[in-house]
Amino acid sequence: MSDKETAGTRANDGQTLADATTGDYKYGFSTDVDTDVIPAGLNEDVIRLISKKKGEPQWLLDFRLEAYRYWLTLKPPTWAHLDIPPIDYQAISYYAAPLPRKAPGSLDEVDPEVLDTFNRLGIPLQEQKALAGMAVDAVMDSVSVRTTHREKLAEMGIIFCSFSEAVKDYPDLVRKYLGKVVGYRDNFYAALNSAVFSDGSFVYIPRGVRCPMELSTYFRINSAGTGQFERTLIVADADAYVSYLEGCTAPMRDENQLHAAIVEIIAEDRAEVKYSTVQNWYAGDAEGRGGVYNFVTKRGLCRGDYSKLSWTQVETGSAITWKYPSCVLAGEGAVGEFYSVAVTRNRQQADTGTKMIHLGNNTRSTIVSKGISAGSSQNSYRGLVRVAPSASGCRNYTQCDSLLLSDHCGAHTFPEIKIGNPTAVVEHEATTSKISEQQIFYCNQRGIPTEEAVGLIVNGYAREVMNKLPMEFAVEAQKLLAVTLEGSVG
Amino acid sequence: MHSLRQYIELYRDNRDTIEAAAAVIINRRRPEALRALEAFAEQPAPRTPYRETSADLLYAPDYGLNIGRLQFAVDLAASFRCDVPNISTLLAVVVNDTYRPGALLEKNLPAGVSVMSLARAAAEHPEWVEPYLDSLSACATPTAALNSLLLQDGVMVHISRGVRLDKPIQIVSIFNSPTAMLAVRRLLVVADEGAAARLLLCDHSQGSGVPYLSCAVTEIFAGAGAEVEVYGIEEANADTVRVSETHARVADGARLLLNGSFLSGGISVNDYDVRLDGDDARADLSGLVIGGGSQCAANRVVLRHHGRRCVSRQLFKYALFDDARGEFGGKIVVDEGATGTDAEQNNRNLLVSDGARMDSAPQLEIYCDDVRCGHGSATGELDANALFYMRQRGIPLDEARMMLTQAFMSDVVDAVGYEPVRDRLRHLVEKRLGGEAASCANCSAEDSLCNR
Amino acid sequence: MNELLKVENLRAGIDGKEILRGINLTVRPGEVHAIMGPNGSGKSTLSGVLAGDPRYTVTSGTATLGGADLLALSPEDRSHEGLFLSFQYPVEIPGVTMVNFMRAAVNAKRKYLGEPPMGASEFLKMMRQKRAIVELDNKLASRSVNEGFSGGEKKRNEIFQMAVLEPRLAILDETDSGLDIDALRIVASGVNALRSADNATIVITHYQRLLDYIKPDFVHILYKGRIVYSGGPELALELEEKGYDWIKETADNADGANTGANA
Repeated sequence: MSDKETAGTRANDGQTLADATTGDYKYGFSTDVDTDVIPAGLNEDVIRLISKKKGEPQWLLDFRLEAYRYWLTLKPPTWAHLDIPPIDYQAISYYAAPLPRKAPGSLDEVDPEVLDTFNRLGIPLQEQKALAGMAVDAVMDSVSVRTTHREKLAEMGIIFCSFSEAVKDYPDLVRKYLGKVVGYRDNFYAALNSAVFSDGSFVYIPRGVRCPMELSTYFRINSAGTGQFERTLIVADADAYVSYLEGCTAPMRDENQLHAAIVEIIAEDRAEVKYSTVQNWYAGDAEGRGGVYNFVTKRGLCRGDYSKLSWTQVETGSAITWKYPSCVLAGEGAVGEFYSVAVTRNRQQADTGTKMIHLGNNTRSTIVSKGISAGSSQNSYRGLVRVAPSASGCRNYTQCDSLLLSDHCGAHTFPEIKIGNPTAVVEHEATTSKISEQQIFYCNQRGIPTEEAVGLIVNGYAREVMNKLPMEFAVEAQKLLAVTLEGSVG
Repeated sequence: MHSLRQYIELYRDNRDTIEAAAAVIINRRRPEALRALEAFAEQPAPRTPYRETSADLLYAPDYGLNIGRLQFAVDLAASFRCDVPNISTLLAVVVNDTYRPGALLEKNLPAGVSVMSLARAAAEHPEWVEPYLDSLSACATPTAALNSLLLQDGVMVHISRGVRLDKPIQIVSIFNSPTAMLAVRRLLVVADEGAAARLLLCDHSQGSGVPYLSCAVTEIFAGAGAEVEVYGIEEANADTVRVSETHARVADGARLLLNGSFLSGGISVNDYDVRLDGDDARADLSGLVIGGGSQCAANRVVLRHHGRRCVSRQLFKYALFDDARGEFGGKIVVDEGATGTDAEQNNRNLLVSDGARMDSAPQLEIYCDDVRCGHGSATGELDANALFYMRQRGIPLDEARMMLTQAFMSDVVDAVGYEPVRDRLRHLVEKRLGGEAASCANCSAEDSLCNR
Repeated sequence: MNELLKVENLRAGIDGKEILRGINLTVRPGEVHAIMGPNGSGKSTLSGVLAGDPRYTVTSGTATLGGADLLALSPEDRSHEGLFLSFQYPVEIPGVTMVNFMRAAVNAKRKYLGEPPMGASEFLKMMRQKRAIVELDNKLASRSVNEGFSGGEKKRNEIFQMAVLEPRLAILDETDSGLDIDALRIVASGVNALRSADNATIVITHYQRLLDYIKPDFVHILYKGRIVYSGGPELALELEEKGYDWIKETADNADGANTGANA
């Protein structure tokens, strides 16, 4: 682990206590690296330029242009419980890449400033970290910087690379799956992403292979005035298994930054994919200035029989979050899971949840959502559970809890349950409450200060979800929760 | 919503006739209603889970309107052939859209209790009507605007301060017309401070094969410390469409109970807007739907906690047979400052047949931290273990299904606070499900649901 | 002697997995049979299959009750033919009162037998009488079926229902599980009080304990879906002393051969 690391991937650092008492956004540094930024604005020429810079084949350019033309016909969605200021899409630069852009062969070739950024983020980019059991793809602004541990994975037939490389090296795979789960017609932000996406990660796990390590991507928006539009595509062939981690940070800036990503996942027969996110984009300051707009479309298709997709997310950052990681359960006996902790404070707004679409017989889904609202924030769970008329024996259990930490925040629950088959058993439960004064008093009486007591109680409240995260992530996420809530009580 | 145009035209063409018979206060509302309806006509209909319940479609057929106030003969006995005897009520009848007080009603009403036509109330007691009428529905929806535009008369129930009425006021609304008909119905309930009253609202339709549409708006005002209970029972035929809105405001320490049962009908769409305005108020909302054939029943609730320390409970249950469709939309809103709120909402649904569909959206919108709020929704089939257990004891499958469905509904029936009404509802549920009580001499059990 | 229950080569399973792999069993009127066996041997499956639990699928074999083809009958008709199953886990049915439940059961049986429904006062009188057999509280009888009953109350309620329905063949599936010694005694004395020369009982149990109270004429050991050993009451005592391991060894060594299933 680097000396410079501050992000804290381990819980028991001596640094932890000091970090935990500040409560400031500690990922808020920006990195001075030379960046290749194309001028702000969006038109067909910009899209052609992005495609050309990336040396893309014609079919991909066509895909982008089609998406762009469709996007022009759309208006941003307004159904969410969010107050989104108008966004000037012509004021954003749609491409920013650190220079030099020569693909680095080893770590020595990576810009030291970039390395330093990732070290400060606590990303175990170096080989020794990879040996510790994690393969990392790091995306800064829009471009994948470096993927570790690729050779070892390649021996097993696992492909883990940047999206751009995948387009070059595995065009058939990319073409076969791109846009198959989230089509560009899906929604406004998905259309925008499909038109301008610059990079992202690509994962392919071949038939029968269990990926031996966690695959991980860290996303970071660095350049000012840019948007980040990455795209992740994960394909788990029959009987494959993979656990994928995603972490997000951004520097503190006064203006808002736009993040509109797409994640597509395909699970074939008996394949299992775990997708974990710790989202800590810059959330803006206490008055709501700045922060990232996080408008993300994530969806998995459990196409194979008895396939399984599990989403786990810990959402603490972003000024506005619009995000519904979903499962289309098409295969017989497929399983979908969604575990979420969403924390909002100050003037943050989050509208997040999931869709579980039961198309196959005997498909099962579980939704556990824990919302924590503080300050003047608005925190909504929005969900859909749909059982198709032809899908028999389906089960869903949904639990949505909201915890309120202040008297000006909002906590909302908007589930929709559509049952088209009588053999379905679908249950939804939700509660809203505030931290009980008795709990706090009990902790106080045992000598635990209120701030710490709140941290304890909130972590206890979120435990069910935190337990679903891989170990390394869970510790980080737990600390993140405590830090996020510093000074939020009252 | 193009389908609204025909009503706008109808109003323009017959304005004088429509307004001739109506109270001034009702006529005064029409310009605003017209503006609102014209605006709705230009907008798309609000999205609904099923095509059948889209407002645009519900209002599309060419219904007739009884603007000339013709009197229709109604065979009351026919509508009540399955009624449980021994329920003594203060009876009033609305035939299509016309209020017809029972012969003995006036005589039997205790002092301080008034049941009369809106027109008469507006003339004799404008202070009962003016501050209240349309103040809650306010032309805010296509249904409310349509109702205010075409309304000719309605029913007023007024309970004076401190008067506590034990015997229920029963208002039976009956459709009877040889041709397709739209009835614009309105009920205004004002319970003054400390008053208590029970209302039993029954919807029926006579004759079959004639399309009826009921467009009903009810406004209820429960003053401080008042207790108002409203029980609705819908037993209409398959050609009847009901679109209703119930608005209620509950003041300090008042208590409101709303219980709606859909036992038969074609399409029934019911919106409830209940606001706990005062402190320490309470609202209990419950409803049951037993749907069969291609029936479609929707209950949509918006329950707003505005005052402090208010309590609300909601329980809605659906049992859907055949190709029936059920919709439940329930939203609890807790305003900023509504401290000490205690709100619960429950929706439980049984899908008995392959073709049945359910759409449930229980929602919470909370802007205050000192709350205890919960909601639950569950949809499933009858418990297979219970069915086997009952069959092992020799109870035939159909009967076991009926008993379990009836048991499933029992807590909604139990939510009826007035025993004679509760017993009657229990009987009607059992009859609808085809149990023992269905074999009463006067009616056939051919449309009972469990014996198929 | 006439046969009450005759099961031949019965094979059955659940979700495509075979659990009963060829059961042979004959029970005559007046007899008490005990079926014992380690966990997972198929004891509860056997009772479920005989009673017609729709979760199980019969793949081959026959079962008759008093000559009637049991497997062709619906669960309710098996009940009317005189088969009673005391459930290991009696089902809670909220909202259905015990009185309504039993009246429906009694009258359905009477209808099946071509008898008129029982009058209300006669029915209530019968309920009172039968309740006394298992010392069942009147309060329990007015509550919903099994809802909020303790473990012991549920089992007593099962025997109460058995008393009301007067079956020809009662199958007691682990009726002793979860009972303290007093409840066990009450349940057992209830079962014994209902015994006659015309009816028979199958007691399914894991332990000898219940057999101290309900004396079996025959003991069968079920293992891996077959009756691998049959004997007299002494077999149960032997099992209590030596455990199931020797049975398992013998049976496994015999390579699954069916070692004389019948008494």
